[in-house]
Amino acid sequence: MKYLDEYRDPALARKLLDEIRRKAVHPWTIMEICGGQTHSIIRNGIDQLLPDTIELVHGPGCPVCVTPLESIERALAIAAREEVIFTSFGDMLRVPGNSGDLFMVRSAGGDVRIVFSPLDALQIARDNPSKEVVFFAVGFETTAPANAMAVWQADREGINNFSVLVSQVMVPPAMRAILSSKDNRVQGFLAAGHVCAVMGYEEYEPVAREFQVPIVPTGFEPVELLAGILKTVELLEEGKAEVVNCYGRVVSRAGNPFAQETIKKVFEVTDRQWRGIGLIPGSGLGLRKEFVRFDAEKKFNVTNISAEESPLCMSGSVLQGILKPDGCPAFAKECTPQHPLGATMVSSEGACAAYYKYHLDTP
Amino acid sequence: MTIAPICPTPIMQHETVQMAHGAGGRLSQALMQRIFMPHLHNTFLDLLDDQAKLDLPPGRTAFTTDTYVVSPIFFPGGNIGELAVNGTVNDLAVGGATPLYLSAGFVLEEGFSLGELEKIVKSMAEAARRAGVMIVTGDTKVVGKGQCDRIFINTSGIGIIREGVNLSCRNLKAGDSIILSGTVGDHGMAIMTSREGLSFQSRITSDSAALNGMISTILDEVPFAIHAMRDPTRGGVAATLNELAQSSSVGVEINEATIPVKPDVRGACELLGIDPLHVANEGKLVLAVAADDAEKVLEVMRSFDPGRDAVLIGSVVDDHPGMVVMRTVYGSRRIIDLPLGEQLPRIC
Repeated sequence: MKYLDEYRDPALARKLLDEIRRKAVHPWTIMEICGGQTHSIIRNGIDQLLPDTIELVHGPGCPVCVTPLESIERALAIAAREEVIFTSFGDMLRVPGNSGDLFMVRSAGGDVRIVFSPLDALQIARDNPSKEVVFFAVGFETTAPANAMAVWQADREGINNFSVLVSQVMVPPAMRAILSSKDNRVQGFLAAGHVCAVMGYEEYEPVAREFQVPIVPTGFEPVELLAGILKTVELLEEGKAEVVNCYGRVVSRAGNPFAQETIKKVFEVTDRQWRGIGLIPGSGLGLRKEFVRFDAEKKFNVTNISAEESPLCMSGSVLQGILKPDGCPAFAKECTPQHPLGATMVSSEGACAAYYKYHLDTP
Repeated sequence: MTIAPICPTPIMQHETVQMAHGAGGRLSQALMQRIFMPHLHNTFLDLLDDQAKLDLPPGRTAFTTDTYVVSPIFFPGGNIGELAVNGTVNDLAVGGATPLYLSAGFVLEEGFSLGELEKIVKSMAEAARRAGVMIVTGDTKVVGKGQCDRIFINTSGIGIIREGVNLSCRNLKAGDSIILSGTVGDHGMAIMTSREGLSFQSRITSDSAALNGMISTILDEVPFAIHAMRDPTRGGVAATLNELAQSSSVGVEINEATIPVKPDVRGACELLGIDPLHVANEGKLVLAVAADDAEKVLEVMRSFDPGRDAVLIGSVVDDHPGMVVMRTVYGSRRIIDLPLGEQLPRIC
């Protein structure tokens, strides 16, 4: 299949692996930011094929994983209301809060629907004027433009029965938090290709300079990941703290200006809680004052709902690359995809779920 | 001008299902005569008794049931009626039975189109003819608007297991070859891409087909080759292989490069973030066969339409009992796990 097979070519992958083996003289710890990349790495067994000198640690770029427990609880409370049609990306439905998940709300009679785009949720609002349609706007810079667009269109068309439960987060503040931690082990980053498609990679240049780490935007297919790892290793071996783009087919330095404008029109930077990690200042997006009437938290008055994490769950350390999923004492014991303690075990992009699902040495 | 008094008579010609169609009265009879009997009639059904009285040939009897609630009811490559016949025929056939007789129970939603019902019944009759089985007894119930989704169908089936055949998912032995009858994921993705809410179009069609002809010929031509056989429906090939590995306490190793996936199915799975091995099939077969007989079995399968892409995908091993492991095209190995409930499209 075009645009797929060439990035999954086993012969090319072998050549890149040989090159990585040749270049990696010193031991290096590299973090892939994005959960989609984590899954591709584990699913294709790339971690098994790398030389022992290269350790991949898995980053916080899984929107489902970092959506704070209190947002989940607020979603459950809103979704259970009789007048509400609650819409969400499919991934979020299985994420457990303390009082259940969205599937349970649905089986108890709540109208919870999976949508593939926030604009589909807006259409549901147009089609159901007597209902309140709420969209669970989670994700990184990748989902922010479409989520912003839905709000912007709702405003333009005067669709007042539409609102969004916002839990938008951003990558660079999380990278800074990881690099500033005293436990940090990360020496180089694979930046998330889709995030960079929107934001470009210019904003990573100050991070690379300030913390003296190479940052390499790359894609999600095995050949792209290996090319990204090779470039990171080369930069590390040469002592260069630069941003080098390895996802040229999608990413440019400036990114997508229209998408960025759309985000800015609707959202502003706020502090945001990250599940398992805690509050990271300036790491989130919230609705601007002009759009506050589309804020589901205010509309349904759920801002007083808060929640406590399971003390057994160590997903915060996993999301910061301090702990590997199978290093957690609860992994595959108290915590499994059937009974997850944290979102990293639930999401299709969660590192714990990837290890549980694909790793051969899972107990 | 004078208007003659008209005595109102009940309307008897309907275009949609009425509650009275299930009430056992005149409309129920009309439904039988207008929709069901013209297509399904046979010597058993024509008697209109409450039961079919059957003389079964000698041998052990296989008996199975399944209920079909698929949505949409018409999908590319088939409909709920054909699926209800093929599915039950296949459930009998994979146990080494020759399917003979089926029952059909219908739950109809008030307001459901009688035209659509007739299309469904007609395709059930055609599917039964193709599979060489008879629908010998049936039932219809009507529920109020909103109490079911247009039409649900239950089919039960009986068949006779041929002499000397003893297939069980507990029969896998280390060294057995694992054969797959063709491309994976066609049915599930045909359904998913034709559901509301997905705004991309595809040419994916369901693989719904009866497999009893092919299975019966394998049993004739290569007797005792098959140790176990399953049709990988819900949960896909991944679930079937896991069930086989767990039931027999053996490991299964498969080779990623050998798994056939149609480009359209692969594309749709990529877009939605779904593993084709987890997607349902309705006309496919997974077999564990004695390694020495694998080539002969493949040859027989390839002479049938549903088996034309049959391929050897792996083998049974002593290692990692209860677990399915795949060798990737890159030479690494990973677990093929059971899917966890509903397939959820990912966020990004």
